Amino acid sequence: MDLQIALLLGQDGITNGAIYALLSLALVLVFTVTRVIFIPQGEFVAFGALTLASLQTGVLPGTLWLLIGLGAVAGLIDTVFALRDRQLQRIPRILGINLALPLALAGLLANIPLSSLGLPIQVLLTLAVVVPLGPLIYRLVFQPIAEASVLVLLIVAVSVHVTLTGLGLFFFGAEGSRTPSFTDASFEIGDAMIQGQTLLVVAASLTLIVALYLFFERTLWGKALRATAMNRTGARLMGISATMAGKLSFSVAALIGAFSGILISPITTIYYDSGFLIGLKGFVGAIVGGLGSYPLAAAGAVMVGLLESYSSFWASAFKEVIVFTLIIPVLVWRSLTTRHTEEEE
Amino acid sequence: MKGRFIVAGIAACLCASLATADINVGVTVSATGPAASLGIPEKNTIALLPPTIAGQKVNYIVLDDASDTTTAVKNARKLIAENKVDLLIGSTTTPNSLAMIDVAAESETPMISMAAAARIVEPMDEKRAWVFKVAQNDAQMVLAIIENMTNANVRSVAFMGFADAYGEGWWNEFARIAEARKIRIIGNERYQRNDTSVTGQVLKLLAAKPDAILIGAAGTPAALPQKTLRERGFKGLIYQSSGVANSDFLRVCGKDCEAALLPAGPVLVAAQLPDSAPNKKIALDYVGRYEAAYGKGSVSTFGAHAWDAGLLLAATAPQALKKAAPGTREFRKALRDALEGVKNLTVSHGVINMSAQDHLGFDQRARVMVRVENAGWKLAR
Repeated sequence: MDLQIALLLGQDGITNGAIYALLSLALVLVFTVTRVIFIPQGEFVAFGALTLASLQTGVLPGTLWLLIGLGAVAGLIDTVFALRDRQLQRIPRILGINLALPLALAGLLANIPLSSLGLPIQVLLTLAVVVPLGPLIYRLVFQPIAEASVLVLLIVAVSVHVTLTGLGLFFFGAEGSRTPSFTDASFEIGDAMIQGQTLLVVAASLTLIVALYLFFERTLWGKALRATAMNRTGARLMGISATMAGKLSFSVAALIGAFSGILISPITTIYYDSGFLIGLKGFVGAIVGGLGSYPLAAAGAVMVGLLESYSSFWASAFKEVIVFTLIIPVLVWRSLTTRHTEEEE
Repeated sequence: MKGRFIVAGIAACLCASLATADINVGVTVSATGPAASLGIPEKNTIALLPPTIAGQKVNYIVLDDASDTTTAVKNARKLIAENKVDLLIGSTTTPNSLAMIDVAAESETPMISMAAAARIVEPMDEKRAWVFKVAQNDAQMVLAIIENMTNANVRSVAFMGFADAYGEGWWNEFARIAEARKIRIIGNERYQRNDTSVTGQVLKLLAAKPDAILIGAAGTPAALPQKTLRERGFKGLIYQSSGVANSDFLRVCGKDCEAALLPAGPVLVAAQLPDSAPNKKIALDYVGRYEAAYGKGSVSTFGAHAWDAGLLLAATAPQALKKAAPGTREFRKALRDALEGVKNLTVSHGVINMSAQDHLGFDQRARVMVRVENAGWKLAR
């Protein structure tokens, strides 16, 4: 292995690591706020990438129908609750958000020439379709069992993952898609060629991480999320709605997932079931951070990316084995160094 | 996902109870899971098969095995026990088909597999006597590649394939035949179908400077190594396996796949076959029917395997019907004997000549070399 190969592999590892880092942040966020180990995180990556690919071929994405369907069910349930509580004034808002907005989006998508739009607009439309799925899934699946144990939440998360993967196959078919590259530029630094797309992924990931930091440090909503993560009961006593915090964290997770999918789809082919493995590697990163620390999770995820890249060079058949075996020493080390405190549930 | 077949199953059960003399065909395909891109066209094709053969109504009961071996076996047992099928068609993949052999032999039900590996029907033994297959052997495809390599004066080859049964199967066949033909193999790398990057493997292969590279992967995942090889400036020949022969591969791979070479069933280039090819008419007929039902450009070689299985049944059922009524052990036995006795049956992929030792029956007419040109398949001569 000479220096050039090492540099190329490093570049590749950092690109993938940046995506894993984003996902690990989303996993940490969702876990600390709602105690859900969010297995379906990866599905948002696949949905984001494949929705963008559908839009670019001018086809209405299947995720749009999922959005309308989930919105209708959520709207119906909330309306029934509002009627029961005799809070009729809430109904227009409920129906507006859950029914009218998705239908308006569908109407918009059906009436504009999708494939000839500029890339930024296609990306925005993709986000508009995929991101609302996050809070809707929280509303329908996790909100009713918000007080359940971590194990129950994990099992439900697995079933959501399986359901979404099946829907992904139904919507997008078995074969993958790849979107055209955002930029064809490449730079030569010394011996190594650096692809513009790589820089874009790393820059976008860093921007998103900084934006998340500012969101948590500077905004009221971000502070509310942090408060909920630190102490759910205390936060509720201070008037922070656990439901709002849950929906918000799922929205952020869906945004990160879909955005990662959009970033990665020009680099590789994405399939309806690609998300799981990508999410799992983000999860390994999050585990390195003990599912609690953002910087450690991000560092762990980048490490996973690099490890993956170099092991694919040395022992390609054992790449996944190497990456997932890594989790064992990390867990041993963590269990030896961290004082175990039973969190009251 | 699996609910889809229930309606069909119930309908089929009802029919079966009304008229016991119907021929029941149990089909298990991998319509979901990793082999879905092969299983879906097969499932679609079953829907196009004739509803009657020699005046007898034929019920096709289609189950999905989700590319999972255990489910394939469970499906086969269910079809035999509950639907009393006279013939099993399936499954899509080699591991699933191998696992079903025991079930077929135990219940004395003939089975037609649509998977590629030769060991589904070889070596012939008491169990495999009940098993037939309609997909070309890997070895036939590999031989076509190696002949092409020899003609192109390729001396050294590197292999890159899936880290699963598919990649392993191609590697074994390729390594065996290449060695016999004095082609030097200077690299063997693996990747997962879901991998987001194969830069590591590609850099390692390029460092060995091979004349050609064979990619042992199926469907759109085969595009990633090809793209990465081109990105990293590989100028040599790139060969793909026969598992990429569908239009999605061309869509995903785009201009990076230009000039890629692959062996394939002749259905892929049906319109370009010389008029002297015996199977041209049947292949074109199948392509026409499939595209009329599922849209232009939707046809793939995999669905044609299911069509060929249907043609085999259509050719042999009349003989078996003369000997016994469907639903009986005697009928299944007669059907098996008739399948083994098939001679000169032209199907979409070639001409079938079965024998007691050969339950595939394809010769070299059943595969062609194809080159990707202008985002389309071109018959290479």
